[in-house]
Amino acid sequence: MTPILEVEDLVKHFPVQTGIVVKRTIGHVRAVDGVSFDLHEGETLGVVGESGCGKSTLAQVLMRLEPPTAGTVRFHGEDVFAKRGKALQALRRQIQIVLQDPYTSLNPRMTVGDIVGEPFEIHPEVAPKGERRRKVRELLDVVGLNPEHIHRYPHQFSGGQRQRIGIARALALRPEVIICDEPVSALDVSIQAQVMNLLGDLQREFGLSYVFIAHDLSVVRHLSDRVAVMYLGKIVEIGTEEEIYGRPSHPYTQALLSAVPVPDPALRAGRARIRLSGDVPSPVDPPSGCRFRTRCWKATEICEDEVPDLVVRGAGHHPSACHHAEEQHLLPSS
Amino acid sequence: MLEKATGASPLLEVDGLHVEFRTRDGVAHVLNGVDYHVEAGETLAVLGESGSGKSVTANTVMGILQSPPGHVTGGAVRYRGEELLTATPERRRELRGEHIAMIFQDALSALNPVFTVGFQIGEQLRTRRGMSRRDAERRAVELLDLVGIPGARQRVRNHPHQFSGGMRQRVMIAMSLALDPDVLIADEPTTALDVTVQAQIMDLLAEIQAERHMALILITHDLGVVAEVADRIAVMYAGRIVENADVHSLYANPCHPYTRSLLESIPRVDTKGSALRAIRGLPPSLTRIPPGCPFHPRCPMAADVCSDVVPPLETLPGGRSSACLFAEELVGR
Repeated sequence: MTPILEVEDLVKHFPVQTGIVVKRTIGHVRAVDGVSFDLHEGETLGVVGESGCGKSTLAQVLMRLEPPTAGTVRFHGEDVFAKRGKALQALRRQIQIVLQDPYTSLNPRMTVGDIVGEPFEIHPEVAPKGERRRKVRELLDVVGLNPEHIHRYPHQFSGGQRQRIGIARALALRPEVIICDEPVSALDVSIQAQVMNLLGDLQREFGLSYVFIAHDLSVVRHLSDRVAVMYLGKIVEIGTEEEIYGRPSHPYTQALLSAVPVPDPALRAGRARIRLSGDVPSPVDPPSGCRFRTRCWKATEICEDEVPDLVVRGAGHHPSACHHAEEQHLLPSS
Repeated sequence: MLEKATGASPLLEVDGLHVEFRTRDGVAHVLNGVDYHVEAGETLAVLGESGSGKSVTANTVMGILQSPPGHVTGGAVRYRGEELLTATPERRRELRGEHIAMIFQDALSALNPVFTVGFQIGEQLRTRRGMSRRDAERRAVELLDLVGIPGARQRVRNHPHQFSGGMRQRVMIAMSLALDPDVLIADEPTTALDVTVQAQIMDLLAEIQAERHMALILITHDLGVVAEVADRIAVMYAGRIVENADVHSLYANPCHPYTRSLLESIPRVDTKGSALRAIRGLPPSLTRIPPGCPFHPRCPMAADVCSDVVPPLETLPGGRSSACLFAEELVGR
């Protein structure tokens, strides 16, 4: 079965003004620097990483909101970046996005009905004019909002409800792929679960495929079938949820997992602790070779000289971009 | 009360604190009787979602509650038995920093952008301790070194924007330690940070607290962070403490339905669970808190009586307490 979305060597560099990088007249922020993955039908691919790793830029490029510097994205085998005009518009129907901040991603001057119905204005073939109100009511009902509230404005809703409005808008055109860019990180703990459950239910109901971008490793584990870990614009490790969380082989993934607090004080003492020193280097001038080597306790000469490829290594079972990859069990078993 | 009689009052005590915000949309009852206390060498986590009143309590303790709109309408805050809310502004200023210090979530907006971090750390030492500029800077270097900032001698002359998020949080910790406080209030100190940096900062706070035998009040919404560092936990909901227990009992056997539901609703990194048991509904609006128990409209255990009676925070066996009429049914469940 061909994947629904194939991403190959995707690169997105943003130019920087002269003078920021000493050596060159013009530098580049290498936000996304050679990312490849497949997304299969009906699956959720989680993308985790810390701020600045390029995960949101990846979302922007996948949505074609930003042109890529290099690389290809194929949707059902067709090159996304080659499309123009009518073909592009048809494609946009199929890939939608849910944004992080439900406060700034909804127009405060539009009613909920207009927000959720706006996609139909651009794609009138999906719903004829007379039917739009009914469709919008249906959508509100699907995401767990009261259809009677169609005339209300965003400020009359709570954060969780606003995120539901954003989800309804993304669903309006019945897309095949939804890119979720930190959809629950702005929400309170007790509301997060509601929205996560909703995303799960919708996936089952409509057979959606998700690219689920988040910094919270617990949230990503809960929703994802497969997980990609990003660091400084590159995927350092990719595998099934069980592989990444159960036996990670890249030192960065291991450090991330050991740093996530587990809500169980009984496990406090027995946990492996890997503490990284320092901060993430600037994406304008990333380290040579392996980008993680400046913070890595395993780093040797080869890490400085050679960029490690994302391949299955040694006794491993899933691709890992580390010269010294070694599977390790890190999380306490409960 | 018993503690009073024996003459050993807690290091810091909040007692029946009521605060309301008078706004154009009406009166918001932000705190409705908050009680907690903390002892030297202890880490108390105040756990709650946004709007539960955890930061307002801390600001009232520090004497930095914005007024208007905030008004204290009842209760007391005592430091070593001394009443703070009725103390003179001079006395409060004396206590602030010297005895009770606070660090904030967003270090970038808490630090002054136009002064060097050395100047800002040293400011308290110059005005409070009468140190010379040079001595204050020397001490600032020591403090930056203590909180793990590499190259402290050079960095002391840097401005806040020249530091990363984690490093800025370290600067703020250094600043809070300058006058050797014995109570440190940390308001969501790692919420804005990445997970690897969060771990560094929490380790640092725990280390400093143990070394100085400080009382640490950690305000957070993160059930994971709490499980890693707290000794005792006070759970807040709608301006009240709903449960108070030591960390092990609270996670093993939560005795308030809100705490129980919260623990069941979070995804965990160490297991792949099935569907999360989400809490239905929303936290109440503070201008219209439901009658009776504020959690009853969302509670899976609610009975008729819950909408009539405000459950008091009752003591349970094992030195813990819960503000639920059915708490005893939950013990040992």
